[in-house]
Amino acid sequence: MIDVHTAAGSTRHHRVFRAFFRNRLSVIGGGMILLFFGSALLAPYLAPYDPYRLDLTHAFQLPTWRHLLGTDNFGRDILSRLIYGSRISLLVGIVVVLIAGSVGTALGMLAGYLGGWLDLALMRVVEICFAFPFLILVIAIIAVLGPNVFNVVWVLGLVNWPFYARLVRSQVLTLRGRDYVEVARALGANDARIMFKHILPNSLTPVVVASTFGIPQAILALAALGFLGLGAQPPTPEWGAMVSTGRDFIFQDPWLITWPGVCIGLVVLSFNFLGDGVRDALDPRSHRM
Amino acid sequence: MIPVLIGITFIVFALLAFAPGNFVSLMLSSGVVNPDAVARIRNELGTTQPWGVRYLHYLAGLARGDLGRSIVFDQPVARQIVQAFPNTVILTVAATMFALSIAMAAGTISAVKRNTVVDYAAMLVSVGGVSVPSFWLGLVLLLWFGLELHWLPIGGGGVGSLQNGGWDFLSHLILPAVTLGAELAALLTRLVRNTLLDVLSEDYIRTARAKGLGGVTVLTRHALKNVLLPVVTTVGVQFGGLLGGAVIIETIYAWPGMGLLTVTAIQQRDLPVVQGTVLVFAVCFVFIVLLTDLLYVAIDPRIHYD
Repeated sequence: MIDVHTAAGSTRHHRVFRAFFRNRLSVIGGGMILLFFGSALLAPYLAPYDPYRLDLTHAFQLPTWRHLLGTDNFGRDILSRLIYGSRISLLVGIVVVLIAGSVGTALGMLAGYLGGWLDLALMRVVEICFAFPFLILVIAIIAVLGPNVFNVVWVLGLVNWPFYARLVRSQVLTLRGRDYVEVARALGANDARIMFKHILPNSLTPVVVASTFGIPQAILALAALGFLGLGAQPPTPEWGAMVSTGRDFIFQDPWLITWPGVCIGLVVLSFNFLGDGVRDALDPRSHRM
Repeated sequence: MIPVLIGITFIVFALLAFAPGNFVSLMLSSGVVNPDAVARIRNELGTTQPWGVRYLHYLAGLARGDLGRSIVFDQPVARQIVQAFPNTVILTVAATMFALSIAMAAGTISAVKRNTVVDYAAMLVSVGGVSVPSFWLGLVLLLWFGLELHWLPIGGGGVGSLQNGGWDFLSHLILPAVTLGAELAALLTRLVRNTLLDVLSEDYIRTARAKGLGGVTVLTRHALKNVLLPVVTTVGVQFGGLLGGAVIIETIYAWPGMGLLTVTAIQQRDLPVVQGTVLVFAVCFVFIVLLTDLLYVAIDPRIHYD
């Protein structure tokens, strides 16, 4: 019995992996993300200079061998700042999705499984959250709380959970009536066991897919907030904040906005490629968009 | 819909009511130090009353069209919003129209010329368009077309510039509208292409072809009609993103709409203005979603609402 189970499991994993690796773009995306993660983890070893070190005599330098991507308005090495910036963007992207995904999954699960007034109330809250244009709600809350990366992380997380809650709830609603759940209940499993052992693992596929697309969205939002002066504050080497600084010198030195913009674009593009691959591999039916 | 609107007003009210630090310290941090003004506003706001009472006051004010008073400009927030609102409507509508025309054209060509160089190029641009941050695209376009080539103005405009003639108004609108619409255009191009490919393989298209209709007629009279429904849905859902994007893009191009008003107010710590614009943004979005639902019925006669 156990053998049959693992055999079926490994066949499924095998199929998912094969489907993923068949998609060349998603493999490229995954590889790029690994590179970005590598640079984030090894930043102190990879970065040629201290990202905060000022050197006003060498400000606005074009790319040279000493400074591969040139220097900014304070003579700081742009490459080093970009490398350290990848730490902030990736970490924020992941933590935001972890907060939103876990809160959303837990609440969506409870709403879908228990139903009743809890479901009604939660779905109303979800509906109200969806009524706000996402970025505008975030901007407003940050404006009240004060701009810093910590606030950005938890506000983005809390504003995004309804999305995951709705996904999980609809999964739970379809799974709740399945025969295998009835069997588990007939065998004496209690609600908690049914929820966490039987329904949760089977409703996570859309959450995984949504998370892969949620990370680049969070990274873009962080950058946009940094650009507006509501995210990371200078001199933090956050990519959006770097574009914001470069904006003041756009005519003098267009490279200042170019490099961080390219980094944001590449990371987001890679995650989008990866997301396409993950979705097609895990859920071959949903193919549109 | 009514519960949603009430929920929106409560969240917007809570933004200020439960803000850390009291309102007077907010005023002081915004640079207003006249003690008379502070005392008057504290009195007007009734900050000593419980929040339930203040919320009801807030709702009553909203019913009269009172969105509060700007701290910095000492004038009704509603007046500032009335001035800025038309500009944001113009910008978002122009961006949507730009996105729709690009997407319908590029998506259709992509689908018809499937798996050719044209198709791959369109899809590449489309994937790139979703990934490029809009504030960056805005700066790059501003640098090229405004600062380097001097083809288009680098900022300003809006309804006020209409008195300088139609071209002056349009020339200010082009860059912000293109920047704002780019992401939606990229998204919709992919959608139009994929939906059209599905539709083109259906039986009724084969029937139309078998009747001897030309390729163009089949495409325009039969196929594209069925592409409209998902496109309208997506535009409706994405409109929130468009409004959020407007905040950023209006800031870049100094387009005098609600986004610029919001960001300027945030920089000046003029929170009543932020509160007002957020409320108007959210209510707009709710109505757009409602409008999309109504459009379904107009587009697809099979759909009915009770």
